[in-house]
Amino acid sequence: MFYREAGQYKTSYRADQALFPIRQDQIGMLLILAIAFIGVPLTQSDFVIDSFITPILIFSLAAIGLNLLTGYTGLLSLGTGAFMGVGAFGCYKLTTFFPHVNIIVIIVCSGFLSAAAGIVFGLPSLRIKGFYLAVATLAAQFFLSWCFIRIPWLYNNNVSASIEVPERMMFGIPITGPTAAVTTRYLIVLSIVAVMTWLASNLIRGRIGRTWMAVRDMDIAAELIGIKLYQTKLMAFAVSSFYCGVAGAMLVFLYLGNAESESFNINQSFLVLFMVIIGGLGSLLGSFFGAALIYGLPIVLRMVKEGLGLAVTSATLEHINFITLGTLIILFLIAEPNGLARLWQIGKQKLRVWPFPY
Amino acid sequence: MHLLYQIFIDPFVQMGSAPDLLAQTLWEGLVSGVLYALIALGFVLIFKASGVFNFAQGIMVVFAALTLVGLYAHGVPAFLALAITIGVMFLLALAVERFVLRPLVNQAEIILFMATFGLTYILIGSGELIFGGDPKVMISDQLLLPSGAYTVKMLGGFVQMQKIDIAAAIIASLMVASLALFFQKTRIGRALRAVADSHRAALSVGISLEYIWVVVWFAAGIVALATGIMWGARSNVSFALEIISLKALPVLILGGFTSIPGAIIGGVIIGLGEKIGEFYWGPLFGSGIEEWFAYVIALVFLLFRPQGLFGERIIERI
Amino acid sequence: MRAPSGTGPEVAVGDVLLSVENVSLSFGGVNAVSDVSFDIRKGEIRAIIGPNGAGKTSMLNIINGFYHPQQGRITFKGKTRAKMRPHDAAYGGIARTFQNVALFRGMTALDNIMTGRTLKMHTNFFWQLLRFGPAMAEEVEHRRRVEEIIDFLKIQEIRRIPVGRLPYGLQKRVELGRALAMEPDLLLLDEPMAGMNLEEKEDMSRFILDVNDHYGTTIALIEHDMGVVMDLSDRVVVLDHGIKIADGTPDAIKADQGVIDAYLGVAH
Repeated sequence: MFYREAGQYKTSYRADQALFPIRQDQIGMLLILAIAFIGVPLTQSDFVIDSFITPILIFSLAAIGLNLLTGYTGLLSLGTGAFMGVGAFGCYKLTTFFPHVNIIVIIVCSGFLSAAAGIVFGLPSLRIKGFYLAVATLAAQFFLSWCFIRIPWLYNNNVSASIEVPERMMFGIPITGPTAAVTTRYLIVLSIVAVMTWLASNLIRGRIGRTWMAVRDMDIAAELIGIKLYQTKLMAFAVSSFYCGVAGAMLVFLYLGNAESESFNINQSFLVLFMVIIGGLGSLLGSFFGAALIYGLPIVLRMVKEGLGLAVTSATLEHINFITLGTLIILFLIAEPNGLARLWQIGKQKLRVWPFPY
Repeated sequence: MHLLYQIFIDPFVQMGSAPDLLAQTLWEGLVSGVLYALIALGFVLIFKASGVFNFAQGIMVVFAALTLVGLYAHGVPAFLALAITIGVMFLLALAVERFVLRPLVNQAEIILFMATFGLTYILIGSGELIFGGDPKVMISDQLLLPSGAYTVKMLGGFVQMQKIDIAAAIIASLMVASLALFFQKTRIGRALRAVADSHRAALSVGISLEYIWVVVWFAAGIVALATGIMWGARSNVSFALEIISLKALPVLILGGFTSIPGAIIGGVIIGLGEKIGEFYWGPLFGSGIEEWFAYVIALVFLLFRPQGLFGERIIERI
Repeated sequence: MRAPSGTGPEVAVGDVLLSVENVSLSFGGVNAVSDVSFDIRKGEIRAIIGPNGAGKTSMLNIINGFYHPQQGRITFKGKTRAKMRPHDAAYGGIARTFQNVALFRGMTALDNIMTGRTLKMHTNFFWQLLRFGPAMAEEVEHRRRVEEIIDFLKIQEIRRIPVGRLPYGLQKRVELGRALAMEPDLLLLDEPMAGMNLEEKEDMSRFILDVNDHYGTTIALIEHDMGVVMDLSDRVVVLDHGIKIADGTPDAIKADQGVIDAYLGVAH
């Protein structure tokens, strides 16, 4: 009753192709942005923002990156963690070389480094498909992980083989480093994520997104209508790695404050992949849902444990987390392979016809 | 210039000057290759028969070994523990078929592949929960596995061969031979191959998918158990094994996903390549290239022969 | 000759657009096509018929660049090719539909047809990223063209439906739309009527005729329904077991003893 499109007709193709053609969606989006930019910093505690919202936003961006590659182009990648790492370590080296350049610019530039890595490891995709390509991405993951430890130059020869984020300022306010405020970091992450999500949605809705999906759905037919497979796949690798790289750089510089090779190991790759699967392959919105669920799960479990007053060690909790994650993956694949995004769509559909059942 | 010498000349000089070391390295490579091949064998079994790429094979190896050792630690005699563990792997096969494979029966392969990720995480979590994460010692003596080593005087020096490794090679060969025979000669083997080709077609000729899948996952479980015992006897039983088992993937790439002999040959090539690479070229790069060298070998291979050594060429028809 | 469509003047048939000379193709011992030669003239509707396994789809695949013949050559628009990749065929102006509908199942009908415009869209990555200015203008322009095709094929209601959910007949129409979106010089149709009932066949026949009349597109079509073949085509090529056994107007083919034998299964 409230979510009807009746009466909203478009008189131009341009209007029809807008990002949010339905007025209710437009209002909804504005509301969400308002809440995110203004409401959250004002009402939520630093703790909630820093341990929950900021990292979920960052992982959403990584999930979007992987989704572009796996969900939209159909190229399964197990190297997400490594590409995030390239972004993080790249950012660290760049800011070491150019300490006076604005850190946000550096973060974006480190995305390009990651994109380059993505292209290099995507080169085999010319001849290899499916599982085999996934194994090639594993090669990227293990090789780059090894690099993160064995190349001391990457972490400025720090004895503990980790990187410590230096303090960087913008307009006189510390953005990174120990003195940066939670809210500052949150707003910067939010802005970057919002802009990059918008850019991704532009790509998806246009020619490039269509060629990606064509390659995913039937690459032979795509070739026969003139799509250059190789260029398309490499473009997907590049853009996807760019997003993962920026996410990795933000993870270290605007959230963790430090990092080591272990932060970007194969487990990280799996985690982001699970976010994409549960959130929904081929859905930008789903990336956010998936990140929230996967990242929030351990926190929810901890709250349940405390709520029920169970005497359970944190190690045990982590094991239970693993089991729950695994079970969730299987359940989602069985019940709704299109993930939370599809459930959301079904929900909206029901809202459209409410109060009627169908 | 010096770098070129280091890469292309020096390692071979080293090989020539200490042939006993070369032989030792080759032996070590062969041994680890056999063990990789065993893990790959489990993959091939399941893939051949259900078209599912079982990412959880590695963790099944760990889980089986942990169960065995855990039971023994609770006072169960060694061979009884072995029998019970076999039973546990059977129950696992039943559970996987009932709760994972059956609901996903006609889905795309990639979906099933991702489901095995979920399975992996479940097994990791349960394994750690039930048995704890610290490394354990394999009960090799109690299982009457040989220990100690033969020291052979050859090539101007000594080459040491662990008896357990020889036993592993023998057991692996036996397993491979019997499995290959099983697939080729028996009725169930034929049914397994039919199922691998097409679930729907197999169903329509009356092959019971559930039965086949339980059989094959159980077989893979046995292979996993044997692998776990062998691996555990050489080094400890720990979750690090799960990551090492990912090395089976390059093995499969070389040997093809559906070939049993391919798994062995692929395993040996990877094992040899890795050890020799690490020993003679490793110092150039800093240590630890074992972590990724196998993958690079596989990658290079893929570029020239996308279907592996023994895999079937897929001709796409439109 | 085809029945008068009544929708407009008959298209003047011109010079040779595509010629196939002594083409042979075999797959590991199986001769799909043996020493086949024929040509297709600009503006005509050419049917390729023959019993099952005659090599008709293989012939289309060769023209498309998907299979490479071991012998023989293909001349398209005056240029003789040694080996052509599918992408080059598309670039050169050849589009096709498939026996088993080869649509992109994850996308809507509209998006599927829009992919047909890919070759004509040139804005670079930067503008695509912003979806502004040139990129937006291009998107709107091509949307307009695609909507013309949607109107032509009368599939307005289904444009936002993912093609996987469409009934078979409509899928075939969307696939035709995607091929048309490429504005091809030569349109290859592989059994466009397969699996359709009488009404759908009449619709599809009308569309094919309209495409030929309206856009002047040369059409090569594989078809089993003899009524359709006789009504629609200007000339017919008959293949059997990979060999050409007849080539001429529909009336001539109908009377050809060799063709009749082939279809009745008489050994020769």
